[in-house]
Amino acid sequence: MSRPFVEIDNVAMRYGGVSGTLALQNCSLNVEQGEFVAVVGPSGCGKSTLMRLVSGLWPATEGNVIVAGQEVDGPLSMVGMAFQNPTLLPWRRILSNVMLPLEVVPEHRKRLRAERPMYEARARELLRLVGLEGFDSKFPYQLSGGMQQRTSMCRALVHEPALLMLDEPFSALDVFTREDLWGVLQQVWMTRKPTVVLVTHDLREAVYLADRVLVMSARPGRIVAERKVDLPRPRTLDSTYAPEFQALVHDLRRYIAMARSGEEVVV
Amino acid sequence: MSGNGMSPRALARYEAMAAQARRQRRLQTALPWIVIIGMFVFWEIGCRAFNVSEFILPAPSRVFAAGYRWWTPLMWDSLDTLKTTMMGFAFAIVAGVLLGVAIGSSTMVYKGLYPLLIAFNSIPKVAVVPVLIIWFGIGMWPAVITAFLISFFPIVVNVATGIATVEPELKDVLRALGARPWDIILKVGLPRAMPYFFASLKIAVTVAFVGAIIAESVAPNAGIGRLMMVASSRFDVPLVFAGLIVTGAMGIVLYLIAEFIERRTTGWATRGQDQNLAVGG
Repeated sequence: MSRPFVEIDNVAMRYGGVSGTLALQNCSLNVEQGEFVAVVGPSGCGKSTLMRLVSGLWPATEGNVIVAGQEVDGPLSMVGMAFQNPTLLPWRRILSNVMLPLEVVPEHRKRLRAERPMYEARARELLRLVGLEGFDSKFPYQLSGGMQQRTSMCRALVHEPALLMLDEPFSALDVFTREDLWGVLQQVWMTRKPTVVLVTHDLREAVYLADRVLVMSARPGRIVAERKVDLPRPRTLDSTYAPEFQALVHDLRRYIAMARSGEEVVV
Repeated sequence: MSGNGMSPRALARYEAMAAQARRQRRLQTALPWIVIIGMFVFWEIGCRAFNVSEFILPAPSRVFAAGYRWWTPLMWDSLDTLKTTMMGFAFAIVAGVLLGVAIGSSTMVYKGLYPLLIAFNSIPKVAVVPVLIIWFGIGMWPAVITAFLISFFPIVVNVATGIATVEPELKDVLRALGARPWDIILKVGLPRAMPYFFASLKIAVTVAFVGAIIAESVAPNAGIGRLMMVASSRFDVPLVFAGLIVTGAMGIVLYLIAEFIERRTTGWATRGQDQNLAVGG
């Protein structure tokens, strides 16, 4: 049996010195290669902290974070990230925003000059996949919020990261756009099979997209419950109204309520 | 554009609004000139009506006459001042950007250098000129350095602000890709600081003039400052005013150049305003 791609073992994270806020404690979880995992939890439970630890932006105060068999001791260049805000560079056109990671990631930046057409084709293909064909040379401000978020997703994927970290990527969008982008993300994941960790507070989103949903407790955060989602793919908006789907969401909702009130979660 | 499917009344209203917008745009272009010419007319009438002595405030007609009479020295001295100003300004850009990047990207440098920088900036530059003359002698260098000293601070502060306020999430995106601090400065910090930088250039270029002319007046050697000192010692007040007007005109020209470059390079930062102007007239 192979090792999980991401192993988080009894990790604690405290901000601001010994008396600082304890964001995570006894937090353990594993993510398999190519798996889509969603992390849900009450607000302020340390979900974003977890993201920062896994991508190596922060060192954990206690415990180990192991990605691809290696202990994380600095930023990993195989991670793609997208956040609630699209954080595009307003002075760059869409295509060149998407290609930003290629100018930074060590293995690509050397080849970028010589193989620019290949890389550009790759970026265009991604834009096509998320439905932004023909928008290459627009500036971000000329695009709607949803389109900017799609661009941000392309930027997170263009260097073909082994691990995709999404921190509430759709939560600033309206419901219809959001549901649209679930489909887009599922499509991307099914074609490329990256390992995905999605942090969200939208339970329907978690069940729609993930293979497995992890529930975090209130601060200090740790994983208190886990549900496998065995619904067939590709999932559609119709499947979100199926009884199995609803039952899963309902269960998760109950766990969250328990997590918020600090009760022991009974699965 | 208009007309297809519009009712005659809507069309008339649309035309009227467009005409109104055109009139307003024309007025906006003409307005600065109207104000400047109006000021001169007002000044001229005031001088004549109250019979103001030429020694106190010469009428514009007298100023322009003096300017016309002494146009060769005026021109050469202005060019001299322009040269020293631009040299000092160029040094200020180089040093200002470098120091601004250092201060904006490192808290250590910021904490260490900022107080000293503020102290330096608080010293009146007139007081520094005699020191510069002792060090560099009479010549163009005191003027160049004074222009540099006075215009350097706004550039530093603005570049530093632009770099220090890069969104933390954007930094995370890049750091998670294995970006080094220098990559972040180059890819994000510097481009992001450009609007701030150009805003500071517009201030810096005008105060650089002030610096150069201060130095030229304290140590009259060359330039428009010297010309004005010489003129005032000869009680040629109209010529002094001609010098002032030329200085003001050069300030406007340099400001416009800075603004032109700004608009060409950082249009992304001001597109909201442009759009409003385009739509609202």
